[in-house]
Amino acid sequence: MLIYEFQAKEFLKPLGVTIPEGQLVTTPAEALQAARVLATPVILKAQVLAGGRGKAGGILKARTPEEAEKLAAKLLGSRLITAQTGGQGLPVFRLLVEKAVDLKREFYVALSLDRRNETLAVLVSRQGGTEIEELSVSCPELMKKIDFNPDEGLKLFQARQLAYFLQLEESQIKNFVALLQKISRFFIDHDLKLLEINPLALTEDGQLMAIDARMEFDDCSLPRHPEMSSLWDESQENDLEKEARKHGLNYIKMDGHIGCLVNGAGLAMATMDIIKHFGGRPANFLDIGGGVTEEAVSRAFEILLSDNQVMSALINVFGGIVRCDLVARGVVKAAHKILLKKPVVVRLEGTNIVEGRKILEGSGLPFTFAPDFEQAARLAVGFSEKAK
Amino acid sequence: MSILIDEKSRVLVQGLTGKEATFHAQKMLEYGTKLVAGVTPGKGGQEHLGLPVYNTVEEAVKSEEPDVSIIFVPPLAGAEAIMEAAAAGLKLVVCITEGIPVLDMLRAKSWLRKHGAGLIGPNTPGLISPGKSKVGIMPGQIHTPGPVGIISRSGTLTYEAVHQLTLHGLGQSTAVGIGGDPIVGLKFVELLELFRSDAQTEAVVLIGEIGGNAEEQAADYLKACGYPKPVLAYIAGITAPPGKRLGHAGAIIEGRQGSAQQKIDRLAEAGVIIIENPARIGEATRKVLSGNH
Repeated sequence: MLIYEFQAKEFLKPLGVTIPEGQLVTTPAEALQAARVLATPVILKAQVLAGGRGKAGGILKARTPEEAEKLAAKLLGSRLITAQTGGQGLPVFRLLVEKAVDLKREFYVALSLDRRNETLAVLVSRQGGTEIEELSVSCPELMKKIDFNPDEGLKLFQARQLAYFLQLEESQIKNFVALLQKISRFFIDHDLKLLEINPLALTEDGQLMAIDARMEFDDCSLPRHPEMSSLWDESQENDLEKEARKHGLNYIKMDGHIGCLVNGAGLAMATMDIIKHFGGRPANFLDIGGGVTEEAVSRAFEILLSDNQVMSALINVFGGIVRCDLVARGVVKAAHKILLKKPVVVRLEGTNIVEGRKILEGSGLPFTFAPDFEQAARLAVGFSEKAK
Repeated sequence: MSILIDEKSRVLVQGLTGKEATFHAQKMLEYGTKLVAGVTPGKGGQEHLGLPVYNTVEEAVKSEEPDVSIIFVPPLAGAEAIMEAAAAGLKLVVCITEGIPVLDMLRAKSWLRKHGAGLIGPNTPGLISPGKSKVGIMPGQIHTPGPVGIISRSGTLTYEAVHQLTLHGLGQSTAVGIGGDPIVGLKFVELLELFRSDAQTEAVVLIGEIGGNAEEQAADYLKACGYPKPVLAYIAGITAPPGKRLGHAGAIIEGRQGSAQQKIDRLAEAGVIIIENPARIGEATRKVLSGNH
């Protein structure tokens, strides 16, 4: 689960991490007011759940309160498309207005899961900023990574190694070590997957300040962190994805014309792949998960077909335990409800295939029963071509 | 011969008295798996599905001498169940549970290393040596004994592959689901090594997908050791949209790796036969094996 910059900073403050003075605003008038109170120049930062905002024009400097109001009007209500959002971008409903600070040095500090080495890691760079990924490739000597594990936490000597690597002055070493100790403890206690401060800046008056902060929490751990549930923001999901999540379905909209409904992420991806193999384009990824119920199948089918771009659909359900008559019933129920007119190819494997087929073919609706995976894909692509 | 489990394997079920475990234990018994006992704290001394139930894995191990444990417990108890099995001396632990927190899995893995135990999963359908033993939730009836080893990150996509192989007259020696989570136990490399010395296995099919670097590790291993049996692979996710991501650390630490095409390229370089159409996994494998005879 991702949270906004302003929320991440709210977590960092009680840990003793200094953050810029700022105000969260949702209207241009509020931005005007905030700019007056904070005293310009101020930085307006679009609050979206993705990085790359700076390069996309989502972080702007205002020299006067009036300029702050004007820039806020431009940003609020717009969709920000960054290198990390995907083509549709994300809606901007809030801005963090912060007092501009003179920065002497900018570092990069991140705590993350290192999946390959199966460990936690602290990664720091002597130079922070937006070009950090390119820098990690062109100047790897600027970066240092130290592994740690959740049982032992980050050791003081490890924090010191990183502090000296950053070439901090002796007076700042202790502060940096304390900061790292606090945020690594926070990371472990709250089941984070990522905590990134970029830049962690040294201000002109010698303070270590988190100019930007990102946090990602492990979704699987949320049941043991009830205090986190109120932080999730639905506005960053599109409507279909939101609806799907409510029913335990995993739905991601894409831009093709063949809707897919499958049980299992791997099989769902393979279904999208085989559609492409035969010249079609999938309209979505949809995994209905393991515990397939008639209701879930029905909802999934409705969600699938509420995407207007869908010209034909392919249902590919391979169940061991799943009964094909159950799947057929769920699909037919939804199809009647939405007055299905578009062609739907159905491929089922599992118990009661004969009953399942009977239900589909007897429904009077445009279902075509496919004998195998490849035929199912060919038929679905064929229908989609015809519909165009 | 098959790998990891066979007709002699004695299986313990952790969480036996729960609904999911009960359903699947019943299916395992029907398949012929040698279930020997279950563990549910608080239900020790009872009988369930004709099996003795113990309060702790330690007691169950002492009394019943299982070789492998299969875990059906809720996600927040999952890592501890793995640790308990490892601490009790079990050398193979199969964890079906989905949704175990990542940090818990890091903790569990260090326990596994400390006790020299191997883990299959979590978030896996388990493993099956057809005709001998099923330690998992996969549909037994689509499997048949034969010469093909399968190592898969997927659930239902594995069933699809097995189904095709069986239809093409190619049975399976052992089919292993390594699990879909970011942190799992035994992966492609360790299992390829086991299949290498298994007389029953004549070819190995890998089923991978985007994310992580298990396939890349497999490619490096295969290149280095000159693997003596044909290896085929289907990698799902060519069409997967690039994930919305946040932050740079992941990209910096892992490099720009993990795409399906990159995995395919690395495996192909290592001599793996790449299957492009997921409906032709069975056909491709049959072509390779008949070419060898």
